[in-house]
Amino acid sequence: MKDIKIRTDNFNFYYGNVHVLKKVSMDIAANKVTGIIGPSGCGKSTFLRSINRMNDTILGARAEGNMMVDGKDIYADDVDVVDIRRKVGMVFQKSNPFPKTIFENVAYGLKINGIKDKYYIQDRVEKSLKDAALWGEVKDRINKNAFELSGGQQQRLCIARALAVDPEVVLMDEPASALDPTATLKIEELIQELKKKYTIVIVTHNMQQAARISDYTAFFMLGELIEYNITSLMFTKPGKKITEDYITGRFG
Amino acid sequence: MKIKRFQELLGFNILRLCVGAVILILIFILYDIISKGSGIIHWKFLTEAPKNGMTEGGIFPAIVGTFTVTVITALLSIPLGMGCAIYLNEYARDGIFTRIVRMAIRNLSGVPSIVYGLFGVILFVQMMNFGTSILSAGLTLGLMTLPWTITASEEALKNVPKSYREGALALGATKWQAIRTNVLPYAIPGMLTGTILGLSRAAGETAPILFTGAAFFLPYLPKSLFSQFMALPYHLYIMSTQHHAISKVRPIAYGTALVLIALIFIMNISAIMLRYKLRKIKME
Repeated sequence: MKDIKIRTDNFNFYYGNVHVLKKVSMDIAANKVTGIIGPSGCGKSTFLRSINRMNDTILGARAEGNMMVDGKDIYADDVDVVDIRRKVGMVFQKSNPFPKTIFENVAYGLKINGIKDKYYIQDRVEKSLKDAALWGEVKDRINKNAFELSGGQQQRLCIARALAVDPEVVLMDEPASALDPTATLKIEELIQELKKKYTIVIVTHNMQQAARISDYTAFFMLGELIEYNITSLMFTKPGKKITEDYITGRFG
Repeated sequence: MKIKRFQELLGFNILRLCVGAVILILIFILYDIISKGSGIIHWKFLTEAPKNGMTEGGIFPAIVGTFTVTVITALLSIPLGMGCAIYLNEYARDGIFTRIVRMAIRNLSGVPSIVYGLFGVILFVQMMNFGTSILSAGLTLGLMTLPWTITASEEALKNVPKSYREGALALGATKWQAIRTNVLPYAIPGMLTGTILGLSRAAGETAPILFTGAAFFLPYLPKSLFSQFMALPYHLYIMSTQHHAISKVRPIAYGTALVLIALIFIMNISAIMLRYKLRKIKME
């Protein structure tokens, strides 16, 4: 790995007394797609959400060990969680456009970050929508309610919204799990484009998807990182029996 | 098979009877008040003060009094109740303390209104030295409506999907920014709906204003917030039980009741319209 964007070292995570992530140590490469797979309840979503501290909102959540983004521990006392979340954006499993216009959805992040320049906001909104491969479909109805878009379009709108605040990392939590195959394909193609500019970490339930889109794949089970490797190696020569059993569909 | 069908029919008709009975009672009350009260409703009745020992004239001071007191009630109840609900729903961690607070609020909504009246006398009239006045009465009613405002506001906040909050936070919003820009705009119509329903109940209350500011009869309008005032529900009470010529003033009592009901009806309709608007926004 040349450029390491995120490094976790003996990272533990707890919900109250429940030990959800156990001594996870892994390096995530910059400008690559890192896929996280594993059976339900293995902690993959918790891992993803601890990279931008979205778990902070959950009662009794507690982190231990190191979670470094660009060499800086994001759980350190002097870190402002707001800065982390601007730098590490997130796209949720269920697309969650706000009940506003398409334009206002994308502009939201800019406005709450104190940007007032109208022309700058217009530029950013257009650029983000182009980056999310949605501009062509919405440019004539940018002031329509976002709920009028199809499911796949809504998810790409959420991606555009995340891109608008100019993050460096984009976390995606099963972004295509609620979409039909055509919409899924579009998102997957988009992810390939996005990795040129951003570091992508994606949780997916779908092994084929992980094989198709990710450069590296991490396999989690029961809160532990079982295996982590270049995707092509992971799926052709898994190092552990249990990984092989999972990716060949023997359980999960 | 026949017995089953008969039972079905019987059950259904009993339920239908329940609904019918409720509607009938309501219609009867409304009919009684409208038929006996509408005759006296006249422009002068609404704009003149009572005359000749309250046997003639109108109820203007009582309308003004009830209106002003309700405004004071709203000024206390809306900001305080909404603030409290926002804190409880968005900030307070679920623990023993919050549970006790919630339980206290729920119990407060069941406290008889006369008890609020006594409390108002001690706190506002005596301790804070506001005297028997519009201010004391309005604040007392404000306290009384707080539990309803808080509960309704919390429900409205709960109806805003969690994903709106998370979505905003994930873009780098602070907690307060997320609440202010992405939760409150969608909760406020619902919060106001509950609050208005609470206010309309307060506007019809007699007991809490009895000791805190309502006057038997005033020939003039209140001059300041520290003046005593006439109020529709109290005026109605006097006209139907305390007046020296009760049978003579019966029409005035009915007229007062009709005006009071109309006022509350208007408030409730506006609450329903707000709720309808909220639903439309949600569906879009």
